[in-house]
Amino acid sequence: MENVGQSIRKIDGMAIAMGKPVYTEDLAMPNALVVKILRSPHAFAKITSIDISKAESLEGVQCVLTFKDVPNARFTLAGQSYPEPSPYDRLILDQIVRYIGDEVAIIAAVDEKTALLAMKRIKVEYEVMEPVLDFEQAIGHPSVVHPEEDLSCNFEIGLQKENNITSSSHEEVGDVDEEFKRCAVVVEDVYYPQAQAHTMMETYRAFTYLDHAGRLIVVSSTQVPFHIKRQLARALQIPASKIRVIKPRIGGGFGGKQTGAGDVFAGLVTLKTGKPAMIIYDRKETFSATTSRHAMRLKVKLGADQEGFIRAIDMQVLSDTGAYGEHAPTVLSCVGHYTLPLYNKTRAVRFDGKAVYTNKMPAGAFRGYGATQGTFALESTVNRLAEQLKMDPTEIRLKNISKVGETFLTGQGVMLGSSTLDRCIAKGKELIGWEEKFPRRVVSYNKVRAVGMAITMQGSGIANIGTASAEIRLNDDGNFTLLTGATDMGTGCDTILSQMAAEILEVPMEKIIVHAGDTDTSPYDPGSYASSTTYVAGGAVVKAAEELKMKILAQSAAILGVGPQDVEFDGLAVRTLSGDQEISFAKLAELTILGTGKLQLVGYATQGCEVSPPPYIAGFAEVEVDQETGKVDLIDYVAVIDCGTVINPNLARIQAEGGIAQGIGMALYEQVRYDEIGKMATNSFMQYKIPSRKDVGKVRIAFEESYEPTGPFGAKSIGEVVANTPPPAISHAIYNAVGVRENHLPITPEKVFLGMQKL
Amino acid sequence: MQIELTINDKVVKWEVANDEFLADTLRSHGFLSVKKACDTSCCGLCTVWMDGKSMLSCSVLSLRAHGKKITTIEGFPKEAEEFAQILSAEGAEQCGFCSPGFIMSVLAMKNELVNPTEEEIIHYLTGNLCRCTGYMGQLRAIKIYLGVA
Ligand code: FES
Ligand code: FES
Repeated sequence: MENVGQSIRKIDGMAIAMGKPVYTEDLAMPNALVVKILRSPHAFAKITSIDISKAESLEGVQCVLTFKDVPNARFTLAGQSYPEPSPYDRLILDQIVRYIGDEVAIIAAVDEKTALLAMKRIKVEYEVMEPVLDFEQAIGHPSVVHPEEDLSCNFEIGLQKENNITSSSHEEVGDVDEEFKRCAVVVEDVYYPQAQAHTMMETYRAFTYLDHAGRLIVVSSTQVPFHIKRQLARALQIPASKIRVIKPRIGGGFGGKQTGAGDVFAGLVTLKTGKPAMIIYDRKETFSATTSRHAMRLKVKLGADQEGFIRAIDMQVLSDTGAYGEHAPTVLSCVGHYTLPLYNKTRAVRFDGKAVYTNKMPAGAFRGYGATQGTFALESTVNRLAEQLKMDPTEIRLKNISKVGETFLTGQGVMLGSSTLDRCIAKGKELIGWEEKFPRRVVSYNKVRAVGMAITMQGSGIANIGTASAEIRLNDDGNFTLLTGATDMGTGCDTILSQMAAEILEVPMEKIIVHAGDTDTSPYDPGSYASSTTYVAGGAVVKAAEELKMKILAQSAAILGVGPQDVEFDGLAVRTLSGDQEISFAKLAELTILGTGKLQLVGYATQGCEVSPPPYIAGFAEVEVDQETGKVDLIDYVAVIDCGTVINPNLARIQAEGGIAQGIGMALYEQVRYDEIGKMATNSFMQYKIPSRKDVGKVRIAFEESYEPTGPFGAKSIGEVVANTPPPAISHAIYNAVGVRENHLPITPEKVFLGMQKL
Repeated sequence: MQIELTINDKVVKWEVANDEFLADTLRSHGFLSVKKACDTSCCGLCTVWMDGKSMLSCSVLSLRAHGKKITTIEGFPKEAEEFAQILSAEGAEQCGFCSPGFIMSVLAMKNELVNPTEEEIIHYLTGNLCRCTGYMGQLRAIKIYLGVA
């Protein structure tokens, strides 16, 4: 193949690398009002009075808005397909504030200085209430985070607001308790994956204005333009037809930008003032007033028979969704959905979970989406089980993993269409040097090296919900325009989607213009999340390109006076099989658009997905632990990946390396922490450490391609699955090194040191 | 206050406030390659050169730029492009938001270090954070650029 499978440079690569003005802030009008947010200093309080007169009277202040000025319609910031599973539990501004950082007032002024000065002049009085800070105490806590009558859900999600339960999830097949009794070995443990911050380099931002038709134009650094449009229509109570959302280049998202942030505030200011408005969250706000990964408690129990077949799995999850329920139900259920299918020799499986409200910053979508937390817990327990059974951890996986053509207990009969996970494990063993290195080697008087491993899966799109449309036109000049709603956030989907189109249309990629991420012109696409783009949007592009190809052949044949079966594509032309006649695309376009035909050729397709085929990874970590200090150095990380056909190897590799670095951060360094009054203690890069280039050791990626029959060119997803293996693999390696099993992430030197003292 | 400085070989006179930082001044004059990603001098995205040395423009008052030579990536498109080509051939400009500052640091490193080892490269660039790429691709690009294995 000429395009698919090639490491083609990103079409926007040079522009973004060279700092061209292509991001939201670069595009904002210079006269845009600066929007700032006054935020709550209390974790849980009711605003009893708010005096804005001194702020409003300040010269240069355009408007100051409080809870009295916003529509009374609860909505969710979660950018999800309608009907959103997340509860409609927030107002743009509410009289009750539910975490330190919750919005109290919106200030718009001619410049930042004036806006900040105005903010200081707002006088607010609060009736402070007892906050719910510990998520393990949320159920049954005397304080109720969301007592309001008008909170609503689109469908039953197991919400019990009087108990602070946002959502509940239960799945059970077989008799788990009976099955455990029959098992030769049963192991059980409790895990605490932490809240993690996305820390995309470009913080949240949007700028808004009214166009010539009085419509609200929102230029937003978002992963979900269509969802933002629907969300704004509900929150602002204006028709969706009055809103256009445009996504320019964006500086990273990692799921964070699947949740709305400042769009609604800037949008409201523009509606109220009629003027362009710009909101940029600073780093502190991005840390403390957006979303993080859901912190969780997971209890996992595994039972196996004498030969090491895993027969029973029980998983109980408590998830901290913070002050609002963005993504609470879906992240919770994904904990099970993206882990339990790994092992299918089971006879009984039970998953039970609850997400709870607390008075902390909301959690939201984050690359991995529950699978990350679930993988940490399940895979750590599998490593424990292997030890009990005296089996090699790689062997127990090979014995238990689901294979192609098989089903799994909670999978409702869906058959696995592709997997090379067994080969990933074998290859990873070889690359890390498992045979020589497992479990540990002493390298000096105080240093030990050890290896650990884990496997993981994710989905590709959301089965029966995910959808994407694509349109490809043959333009009047013989070039093509690919219209897609897929949202490139640096990951390169504009490039890989045009690679796919070019492959089908047999034309060079330069002939294809990509236009994406604009709700006025793009065909519908939910956006870039749930590992959908390559698989779902790619599927739509392939279908649309095939349709266009058929039309080009048919139309050319008619013009050439032969049957459609007598012509074929040949470079930028169609020619007869006999080779005696041909018509260039440019000529064809001219004749169809301008000539007598008067029909521009367009291929259009909508792709739904009935299944969500899992990509797989086997991850292997080698660490060196200092036995005197507990310091852990990551020496080597090997990830062997089955993402089906690799559409663009370089871009896939970067996705993998980046996701693994985030996983390393989660394993060893990163943690969103709060103090005793619920104030975030980690609101800058000084307190919240993301891995620098010194902290990631060596990360090595290999691909073991499979062919997914339902995927475009056999492809599956890669974007999220890459985040999941480092926490369990690194934790396993540390245990193998010094015998410390640390189930509270991140595994800091102090924890390892204290753990060693207790041995 | 008015300052006079050389920006990308052009002498300019700019009006700046006493408490204004250089990164903001540069952006407000259209040097939009200069990005900011923190308020704590931690990320390196705002890296530009002052008198040929790389520095964090978010942490220097604009007044301090008076009489200095400031260079942004817009100032030497050829050299920067040469490396950017290699970087993007690796796919190591994912979202690209960190790239201009990173490239400024890499070019400064090339001037300062002769035949750097991998450790020296990593050490020199530690202040340039990237959340997308995991740094491996950037390192591959640098090695190709410097012609070290
Ligand atoms: S903006 Fe982060 S170091 Fe300058
Ligand atoms: S490429 Fe996105 S932060 Fe570096």
